Amino acid sequence: MSTLPDPRGRFGDFGGRFVPETVMGALDELAAGYEAARADPAFAADLERLGRDYVGRPSPLYLAERLGEGSGARIWLKREDLNHTGAHKINNAVGQALLAVRLGKRRIVAETGAGQHGVATATVCARFGLECHVYMGEEDIRRQHPNVVRMRMLGAELIPVTSGSATLKDAMNEAIRDWITNVETTHYLIGSAAGPHPYPMLVRDLQSVIGGEAREQVLEREGRLPDAVCACVGGGSNAIGLFHPFLDDAEVALWGAEAGGDEHGDAATLSHGRVSVLHGSRSYVLADADGQVLESHSISAGLDYPGVGPEHAYLKDAGRARYEPVTDTEALAAFHLTCVKEGIIPALESAHAVALALRHARAGEVWLVGLSGRGDKDVDAVEALQR
Amino acid sequence: MKVATPVVSIYLMADADLVELAEAAVRGGAGLLEIGIPFSDPLADGPTVQRAGQRALRNGMTTPRALALLAELRARVPVPLVPMTYASPVMAYGERRFCADAAAAGVDGLIVPDVPADEAGALADGCAEHGLDLVPLLAPTSTDERIEIACSRAGGFVYLVSVAGTTGARERASDRVAGLISRVRPRTPLPLLVGFGISTAAHVRAMLDAGADGVVIGSRAIEVAEQGGAPALEAFVAEVASALPVSN
Repeated sequence: MSTLPDPRGRFGDFGGRFVPETVMGALDELAAGYEAARADPAFAADLERLGRDYVGRPSPLYLAERLGEGSGARIWLKREDLNHTGAHKINNAVGQALLAVRLGKRRIVAETGAGQHGVATATVCARFGLECHVYMGEEDIRRQHPNVVRMRMLGAELIPVTSGSATLKDAMNEAIRDWITNVETTHYLIGSAAGPHPYPMLVRDLQSVIGGEAREQVLEREGRLPDAVCACVGGGSNAIGLFHPFLDDAEVALWGAEAGGDEHGDAATLSHGRVSVLHGSRSYVLADADGQVLESHSISAGLDYPGVGPEHAYLKDAGRARYEPVTDTEALAAFHLTCVKEGIIPALESAHAVALALRHARAGEVWLVGLSGRGDKDVDAVEALQR
Repeated sequence: MKVATPVVSIYLMADADLVELAEAAVRGGAGLLEIGIPFSDPLADGPTVQRAGQRALRNGMTTPRALALLAELRARVPVPLVPMTYASPVMAYGERRFCADAAAAGVDGLIVPDVPADEAGALADGCAEHGLDLVPLLAPTSTDERIEIACSRAGGFVYLVSVAGTTGARERASDRVAGLISRVRPRTPLPLLVGFGISTAAHVRAMLDAGADGVVIGSRAIEVAEQGGAPALEAFVAEVASALPVSN
């Protein structure tokens, strides 16, 4: 199970490369470049050094005793919120920037939803002297203003996207169109474990540092593996990074928290979607019976996406991981609880994972929960909701 | 399908005005019609075709309605009809069922730009089973190996993308087409049609001079029809088709 995808980029029936011909050569080049990098100890050494000195790895594992006291479970938080730039997104951005430099691509395009991936991309572009263009939906620009300011300060060009729902899906469409147009000079630094092969594999591998560290840390602290591992799933990069090192540990349950939204809609793609193609891979998609992609809805911009990475689709159908929706209201309650019980302001995305863990954790169990990002970006939006 | 070359192919969106516009395009001299079946997230399309697709979806266009329109069009125009859509609507309909119903509607081939040759699988089987030509797209960035794969499974014609980019009218036609044609020509006996960014008679002449057997005009045709309706489209097609040498 942990050896997928196959050489065609398939996780069972999911994944593949459903993109216009123009970028197929670039995908081959990226796949070959990544193979070469993986075999090169210098690449691993660069990644390790930047992870330690620039990102701040390993991130701590923290026993959230007060959060767990109601259930009697021991809830460990993997503190990706303490990374440089405030979320797990930087793990992937650093790795892909190193690859782009190896491939001789000096121009970077990216999409962003909550702005965390945009900030991470702008950060590594500054660090490596790369030209940075970030596509972001107008709706997201409005609700994630602090990250917009950060990206601009880091020297990125921010391009507002007004098409469709003006959120992450549409930003991704525009980033891909830019990449198709400028493919020979440009690396598309995708932020999620989605898109055409090799991206779902590449992003997963770069994010697996989360689960790899956490597995060792739990073993050291508890003397055993956790009963359950839980993470939020939008496109699914932090979840697959946390899950992957546990895939072959059959006794460890894997839980994905999807955005259950409110009465206006949701972004629970695995729970409510159908199998289709969006942004280059075959996976679950929130789409109507005609295959038209629906607008998703979530309080959390980072989960507000009608697609999901193909490996999650595979893990769902294989029964290895379970995915459940967490509503906006439940996520907000978990957000506040994490603030007042632990003194940690979580990202609204990560609050979905906390909520799902609290839903299922039982006395005596050991839970590992991915705290994928910090909530500084969300405080204005949450305060506005309280007024 | 047999494409009479040299040819100007016109792309139109399946929408309420399709039959009227398609008849005008054929009167103007279009020798092939590509009909867009709209998709919410068309990655290969620039702003004009996106806009046309969104408009069609707002007007209630669906895949079954588009197939019914194609059947109606089949009875009205003599030229080859080739629907162009994306993987998601085709998969939602079911690849084989889509091919069966498209063939029953009388279309000649199919273009799905986000299904490259290596992913065609069920779609290629469905096309073969129902006598539809699956038209591949190739780009200046396509390697010789990829050209080889695409040509080995191609039917009808080969669609050459003139530039790296999405669909849409451009000031200059690409000067990279000649190189692409010289790499594709030895690998297939099929006609080579160039599209993306073609919008004037001068572009058409330049593409034919570069060795193309024809051109596809989409965004500019849609813009002309948006502004002046069927009469303007007919005049526009007649003007660009005047760049064609006399048909053999």
